[in-house]
Amino acid sequence: MSSATQRRVFLVAALLVAAVALGVISMGGIGENLVYFWTPAQVHENASKAVGATIRMGGVVQADSVDWQPDTQALTFTVGESAVDTATPITVHAQSAPPQMFREGIGVVVEGTMTDAGTFRADKVMVKHSNEYRAPTDGMAPADLYATVEEL
Amino acid sequence: MKSPLAIVGLIFVVLGMLATAAGHWIGLFVAPPEAMMGDVGRILYVHVPTAWAALIFFMVAFVAAIGSLWSGWRGFDAATTGAVEVGTVLTFLLLIQGSIWARPTWNTWWTWDPRLTTSAVLAAAFGVVLLMRRLIDQPAKRQMATAVATIIAFVDVPVVYFSVKWWASLHQQASTRASMDSVMGLPLGVAALGMLVMGTGLMLLRTKVELVRLAHEADAPELPPTAAPLRLDDPAGGDPTLDEAT
Repeated sequence: MSSATQRRVFLVAALLVAAVALGVISMGGIGENLVYFWTPAQVHENASKAVGATIRMGGVVQADSVDWQPDTQALTFTVGESAVDTATPITVHAQSAPPQMFREGIGVVVEGTMTDAGTFRADKVMVKHSNEYRAPTDGMAPADLYATVEEL
Repeated sequence: MKSPLAIVGLIFVVLGMLATAAGHWIGLFVAPPEAMMGDVGRILYVHVPTAWAALIFFMVAFVAAIGSLWSGWRGFDAATTGAVEVGTVLTFLLLIQGSIWARPTWNTWWTWDPRLTTSAVLAAAFGVVLLMRRLIDQPAKRQMATAVATIIAFVDVPVVYFSVKWWASLHQQASTRASMDSVMGLPLGVAALGMLVMGTGLMLLRTKVELVRLAHEADAPELPPTAAPLRLDDPAGGDPTLDEAT
């Protein structure tokens, strides 16, 4: 086999392998095995597996559900599928100060486990930021924004 | 310096640095702080351009690798190397910047989110391409291995791009014109252009260096044939010259 033929055989083989790999990743069932987080509804569906195992749950912090006790470092809030979730919200207990951007109505991903009581015990609370980048509106004082940064 | 490749490369690096500086000047001093993240949000102006540029240079490497295998031309081999190297450096920078951004906003330095995981794989995969290239001495074999490995590693580029669409993730979706105020889109655009031009300049310079190296290698005299391998079962210690004498 001449070296040019050999190179082109390798080219076709490499492109084929790449195309098949990409096809398997994008269309194959890999998505089901690579789950970064479950939504509250999925946690309910997999209730038996969620207790005791370390899992992540992603959702939206429900309005009027946040309770932060600075003396005991106890943070409690409820996570739902969407901003207003009446069907499947799950109460989360964490022992840490709320992250800077944590607030009602924001997306969060919590890492921890479900307890027998049907609540989520979180070791880590992560806050999701959307791809929306906006200038502050008139009502927002720049000083407040700087303040949020200084505490970091 | 007589090489047009090196001259164009240098000009691109300088122009790219100027545009990058201008973009960040606007981003730091003209654009307002982001409504929710405050000043921390300004890392957007370096993180997003780094990501775009890294993926674009890997795309350039992919095309050069195809040309390299198809034609066997040394220039494509050098260009593949230049593009992979710039892309890999940018990917490592991307991971560092992302980590710095994630700590104050997401409340973690690192998490195995699909976007983060696939990006780490990207850095590792192209790191391996560069490592492998250093380990192969025979030029034709090295050119072929580099190109094949680049094509395989490139699979991860669309996976990184679509990871936030295919899987539930903590990382935000791709930024678009609609998802940001124009006052923030301007510094982002200028910084991205700067990053791209600067990266192109570095890629051209690196390609030139590789071309010179490959030319020297091709002109070098043949090495004498290597000695026969040591034989451990030989009581005399396996010296091949002694072996042949007996």
